[in-house]
Amino acid sequence: MSVLVYTENWDGKFKKLSFELVSYATGVAKMLNTTVTAVSIGKVDENELIRLGNYGANKIININSDKLAVLDSQAYSSVISEIARKENASVIIISNNNTGKAIAPRLSVRLKAGVGSGVSRLPLNLNPFTVYKRTYSGNAFAHLVIKSDIKILTLAQNSFDLIETPVNATIENMNPSIDGSLLKTVIKDIQKQSGMILLTDADIVVSGGRGMKSADNWGPLVELAKLLGAATACSRPVSDEGWRPHDEHTGQTGKIIAPNLYIAVGISGATQHLAGISSSKYIVAINSDKNAPIFEAAQYGIIGDAMKVLPKLIEAVKELKK
Amino acid sequence: MKILVCISNVPDTTTKIKFAEGNTSVDTTGIQWVINPWDELSLTRALELKDDTTSGIKSVTVIHVGPAASEPTIRKALAIGADDAIRVNAVSSDAWFVAAQIAEVIKKEQFDVIMCGIESSDYNGSIVGGMISEFLGIPSVSAVSGIKFENGQAIIIREIDGGKEVVSVPVPFVAIVQKGIAKEPRIAAMRGIMMARSKPVKLVEPVQVDPLTQIVEFEKPTPRAACKFIDADSPALLLDLLQNEAKVI
Ligand SMILES: Cc1cc2nc3c(=O)[nH]c(=O)nc-3n(C[C@H](O)[C@H](O)[C@H](O)COP(=O)(O)OP(=O)(O)OC[C@H]3O[C@@H](n4cnc5c(N)ncnc54)[C@H](O)[C@@H]3O)c2cc1C
Repeated sequence: MSVLVYTENWDGKFKKLSFELVSYATGVAKMLNTTVTAVSIGKVDENELIRLGNYGANKIININSDKLAVLDSQAYSSVISEIARKENASVIIISNNNTGKAIAPRLSVRLKAGVGSGVSRLPLNLNPFTVYKRTYSGNAFAHLVIKSDIKILTLAQNSFDLIETPVNATIENMNPSIDGSLLKTVIKDIQKQSGMILLTDADIVVSGGRGMKSADNWGPLVELAKLLGAATACSRPVSDEGWRPHDEHTGQTGKIIAPNLYIAVGISGATQHLAGISSSKYIVAINSDKNAPIFEAAQYGIIGDAMKVLPKLIEAVKELKK
Repeated sequence: MKILVCISNVPDTTTKIKFAEGNTSVDTTGIQWVINPWDELSLTRALELKDDTTSGIKSVTVIHVGPAASEPTIRKALAIGADDAIRVNAVSSDAWFVAAQIAEVIKKEQFDVIMCGIESSDYNGSIVGGMISEFLGIPSVSAVSGIKFENGQAIIIREIDGGKEVVSVPVPFVAIVQKGIAKEPRIAAMRGIMMARSKPVKLVEPVQVDPLTQIVEFEKPTPRAACKFIDADSPALLLDLLQNEAKVI
């Protein structure tokens, strides 16, 4: 038996979520009294691979194959399911991000394994195997029993702390046979964001709503974000109006994020907006209306005009950094 | 080519969720049911493709796994513009069950493009679309924010974590769609509502499938501490709290 965890890298470096995933997998393995095997697909060197051992991965399967250069969900799930069988995995852990959402359901069918998606805590119970998962866009959480022999869990990003439990990991290089007929995804163009803090990875997010009044008013918000090392986000009407790019839209129909700190400026706090940000550890609201529902979700609030509060806050951050 | 759009029936997104039967189920009294927001956008894009005579898309069918009580949601999809509908007559028990039922229907009736939303707003599973594709052994593209056809070939934009890719896969395939796929959901016009009454809804009996998962209990999110208000003129106090109390900066 083992716990299998699928890790992801970005240009050869593991994403933070990979360490979260391995920390989580180690927690599950402890409960089951077994070991953790991590899978890495892509060009990652040995020094980087071995870092997974810091979080408890006992074995690291390293696959660097040209055939897997493009995410093809069919090919990826075929490779991972083979490894799961070989490693006799009873629990498989994957991120609940775009990549994970592409792979997990296909893996589920290949292994006849029930999926608990968007888990944010260790399993509540082993017998029956019960996980705690987000439902109703964060308005409720469910205890979900997974009845199949193999279980697949997709972990919500930023929901599980990194836990260092160093072990001496062994690296196994693998060259899996890949059925060419499965490789059907052809890439025509790639537009990668670079040099920016990814919204879904960010520890701090500064977000603006309709209360920012116009596209021209974003300067101070972006400045505050830069000073805090934060990513920028917005509410839906803001991206609909074209004040900010679409990939900044958070909420039910946008990105779902869980930073340590979410600063909402001029955002009313509609249910659909909260659906995307309610898992943030701390929420700060800046709003001119003391009755805005965002203050019910926030731990810290400033009542005031964003255009007056932001410059003062920026000055205070600069002062603090001195 | 024919498109099949998978439709889930969910509580309106502003619903205050309450539980029933000792927190084992959701209290459905007074709930307003709607087409899952993603599915509504996916249907909208499917209809736009059909309207575009160069796309090669000739028809749009919607499918729903659910009891007769969810018929109004199917009628709404027909009123928006779907040509016909299929209802698998079963109470959906989990994603595995739903995906298996839909895959079974697709095996019998040919579709070239199957569209699913990235998640349903009730169970937030993000799994049905991918499962359907694996049950059928056909390609799937996830996090799709754009789709068009050029010379019979699908050109698909998918969101990756940290960017976008333009990809192509041969038909038949499953497109799992998200934000960006269509601008605004199409709204049913009076004529559409009238026409929907006479559009065919095919009833299919479910195949035997045992669900793999079951929700045994619901709970409310952990309540947060009440908001501490800080005077607009003392932002340094906020930073102090964030640094020393919350420890997040
Ligand atoms: C199916 C569906 C899905 C949706 N999905 C999403 C989603 O994913 N994300 C999302 O965000 N929304 C979503 N919405 C829209 C949502 O219902 C709200 O309309 C939206 O979140 C409101 O955005 P807002 O807070 O920026 O604007 P408003 O609600 O207009 O709020 C603006 C706020 O700014 C404050 N304000 C005004 N002036 C100032 C000032 N000078 N200084 C400080 N504060 C000021 C006001 O007091 C107010 O609270 C969805 C809606 C539907 C129906």
